[in-house]
Amino acid sequence: MIDVLSGLFVDHTLRTVALGSATLGIVSGALGAFAVLRRQALLGDAMSHAALPGVALAFLLTGSRAPLVLMLGAAIAGWLAAAAIVGVVRTSRVKVDSAMALTLSVFFGAGLVVLTFIQRQPAAGKAGLDKFLFGQAAAMLESDVITMVAVGAVGLFGLLALWKEFKLLSFDPDFAATLGMPTRRVDILLTSLLVIAIVVGLKTVGVVLMSAMVVAPGAAARQWTNRLGVMVTLSACFGAAAGVLGALLSTTAETSTGPTIVLVATGLVVVSLLFAPARGLVWVRMRAWRSRRMLALEAVIADLASLAAQHGSNATHPHDIGALNAVRGRAVVERALTELAADGLARQHDTGGWSLTPRGLAEADRLARSRRAPGVAR
Amino acid sequence: MRIGLRTGGALAIQATDLTLAYQQQPVLWDVDLEVPQGVLMAIVGPNGAGKTTLLRAVLGLLKPAAGEVLVFGQPYADQRRRVAYVPQRGSVDWDFPTTALDIVTMGTYGGLGWVRRPGTSERTRAAAALAQVGMESYADRQISQLSGGQQQRIFLARALVQDADVYLMDEPFQGVDATTERAIVELLRALRADGKTVVAVHHDLQTVTEYFDEVTLLNVRRIAGGPVDRVFTEENLRLTYGGRVAGIGGRAVGNDLEPSS
Amino acid sequence: MTSAQIDVLLVAVVVAAACAIPGTFLVLRRMAMMSDAISHTVLLGIVLAFFVVADLGSPILIVGAALVGLLTVVLVEATSRTGLVREDTAIGLVFPALFSIAVILISSLAGDVHLDSDAVLLGEIAFAPFNRFAPFGVDLGPVAIWVMGAILLINLACTALFFKELKLATFDPALAAALGFSPALVHYGLMALVSITAVGAFDAVGSILVVALMVGPPAAAYLLTDHLPRMLGLSVLIGATSAAGGYWLARLLDANIAGAMATAVGIAFTLVLLLAPRRGLVAAARRRRRQRWTFARQMLLIHLATHEGTPTESDESHPDHMQRHMRWPADFSARVIQTATDRGLVVLEAEQLRLTPHGREAAKEAAVR
Repeated sequence: MIDVLSGLFVDHTLRTVALGSATLGIVSGALGAFAVLRRQALLGDAMSHAALPGVALAFLLTGSRAPLVLMLGAAIAGWLAAAAIVGVVRTSRVKVDSAMALTLSVFFGAGLVVLTFIQRQPAAGKAGLDKFLFGQAAAMLESDVITMVAVGAVGLFGLLALWKEFKLLSFDPDFAATLGMPTRRVDILLTSLLVIAIVVGLKTVGVVLMSAMVVAPGAAARQWTNRLGVMVTLSACFGAAAGVLGALLSTTAETSTGPTIVLVATGLVVVSLLFAPARGLVWVRMRAWRSRRMLALEAVIADLASLAAQHGSNATHPHDIGALNAVRGRAVVERALTELAADGLARQHDTGGWSLTPRGLAEADRLARSRRAPGVAR
Repeated sequence: MRIGLRTGGALAIQATDLTLAYQQQPVLWDVDLEVPQGVLMAIVGPNGAGKTTLLRAVLGLLKPAAGEVLVFGQPYADQRRRVAYVPQRGSVDWDFPTTALDIVTMGTYGGLGWVRRPGTSERTRAAAALAQVGMESYADRQISQLSGGQQQRIFLARALVQDADVYLMDEPFQGVDATTERAIVELLRALRADGKTVVAVHHDLQTVTEYFDEVTLLNVRRIAGGPVDRVFTEENLRLTYGGRVAGIGGRAVGNDLEPSS
Repeated sequence: MTSAQIDVLLVAVVVAAACAIPGTFLVLRRMAMMSDAISHTVLLGIVLAFFVVADLGSPILIVGAALVGLLTVVLVEATSRTGLVREDTAIGLVFPALFSIAVILISSLAGDVHLDSDAVLLGEIAFAPFNRFAPFGVDLGPVAIWVMGAILLINLACTALFFKELKLATFDPALAAALGFSPALVHYGLMALVSITAVGAFDAVGSILVVALMVGPPAAAYLLTDHLPRMLGLSVLIGATSAAGGYWLARLLDANIAGAMATAVGIAFTLVLLLAPRRGLVAAARRRRRQRWTFARQMLLIHLATHEGTPTESDESHPDHMQRHMRWPADFSARVIQTATDRGLVVLEAEQLRLTPHGREAAKEAAVR
């Protein structure tokens, strides 16, 4: 890895690859964040598969392998796929999941048909089109990177310019419409940005896995923040990190680029789901465990206090805890008592019985009062 | 006074012969709606009566098959800025990554036009509206961390920021706690005192007379409409709910409604 | 046709039929995208099983694939149950990850193993006839037919045996649970069927075409009938027809067979979408035109009924008012009034439209729906 990093500064190819993958990550991360929020994760999958016939047809019709031409073909096909899905759902009773799966596979199948035509062509220029399935970072040329940056910049600029409109549309489209926003058109625009996010990475990641690059950074970023702006920025960073790391790893380990990038991105998601502050599963579990333990402590204090109350004048008289064990469970009671003893709230007498200390009694009193007081949050 | 307004001043909302259909299936037939200025009006009717549809038609979200809607004597599109909307709380995704203040600021978007971002003055107005609904200390709170009642108050604050003359609300009391319900009622009265008009889809028949001045009873067609004391009768309710209403004096409880608490 | 071509056709038809059966339930349960996820991830099961048995012909591969198919479902559900991401995002995260692992494992395998990710994705049914099932030297036809035939039989048997449970769990999971049929068990059972069908089929047609065959024919059948057994039958029929048509298309164009079959599924669905007797777009447009007249007539009657006996009646029932009020074109308005008059619903007296008793009755009927 060190070699690779130092290579970045001297090796032209490596630098191109890193730059390209960073661009793809930033663009798909930033634009994909909205897809995650708008429940369009699977639409992204459908559109990226559907891009295949677009790439193939663009090549077949123009004979050019210029990145802009192929991207344009992919974008048109992806856009048509989205239109087909919306059209089928709106005009028939076929549900959106079926419409997506159907569109995805039919477009992809049509793409395969077109690919066979290309394979029959004698032109040497056809080489490399098959890389659109799984992507190949090593094949990235400077012209690719320039096009990616240009197309991506258009997408990001659109996102920033209409930020307020996109936010409102994603959160509350009805309200947006009452303010006079042409929601249908803004929706189409935002979906078109998703198309851009997909086509920018097609050659590097491939049609099969590009959807993951649209979904994963956004899903990871969502866990770390509750602000849309921060989420989109983080998503772009995660995307860039996954892109660069994955592309460099695949170049050194000689694995397919798309799958490697996707696995790095998935790793970011897993870490985020587990460890993101506030939302991370580990912290949530830990908080739940701690509050359960606190409840057990309070319950045992209350139990001891009520035993003491039954005993009248001598409140610190030792009590047999057999009944407690039966009700609350031996393990819970024992752990609670040990902790209470450590805090000086309860003590075990020589007889083996337990009682609260004066401080423990005061604590029990405080807890009981706060529980009785209505509406007071503890 | 109200009678005077009705004949003299322009109506806040006037819908005439409104017919709405989803795919040629009529949802509202030939409905008239007259909302005088400065009143609190409830729209009441059984489930599927077309209450929300009526509201959406007034807002121009649905295109009527026939009839027209005028807001202060002009089409809605020309009067957009004088109308504020409070959608049903359940209609949006509350896990959206944003804060209470940000949602309220959305009420200023209509005045901003395309591309321009809200600035300090917009945020100040939003903060003031938050304070008006007693939520100023929750400004930075992520919206999913708010209770149902608090979320409803956020929506109300967003409508307040719109600084409109007519407020259209879809079930503002749905699933809110008692504190919020009281706060909302007080807010509605304050709006009325300012000469604003409020039209709310309402589900709880028990509170119609207490909260509202006027009522429109709706069940696909308009059954009756006008001042509560005149219109909100057992007879009209029976017509609206198809005899499924058990009358208790002037009050009524429908079978297909939520248990009134 | 040569015998090899007949073999290909046979394989295609059997695959289509086998896919249509679990596909019908996927479509009805709104889980069509799970077919996409599973058809990708079963590859991981095959690779892992191959590491164990080192034999590409072993039936263990199918078991491994089915297990990973189920694992996909479990992972998707576990991810979305955290409440941190939604279900669509969970699907979009899980299957690319598992598929990526599979692709990387494959590329790390020795190059001489006949298992590469392109082939799995694309399938090559054209080679199916050359892999013969010949126990004791007796040629019994291509292996693919036997494998897919067996899977088809399993699908048929499971559907027939558990038809009641599948139906109940699909349309009313709450009732199914109340009656003691675990909807979860039915769900996982169905997913197991989807997995083994996907793995059996994609050797022949590739994983993307599996999706087309699982979702396309049932989606088309869904537009043709409301009756579950009929939908199953129609799905099989449409699937088989599309497969045969696709094969013909592929030979005509000399193109990739799986791709042509997917295209044929798309064409079949589009035809059904346009031409289905009741739900097709053409029928719907025709019905809408007809309804427009009925609806307009009803609007006229109800309008007259609403304003009957009100002070503004003379305004409201003037024929010109209709045109303005309903925003009807003049000739349309005239024709609506004409047909209403012809049917004895209204009469025109002194520039006023009046309801006949018959028309009043019709208005009341229309209003209460």
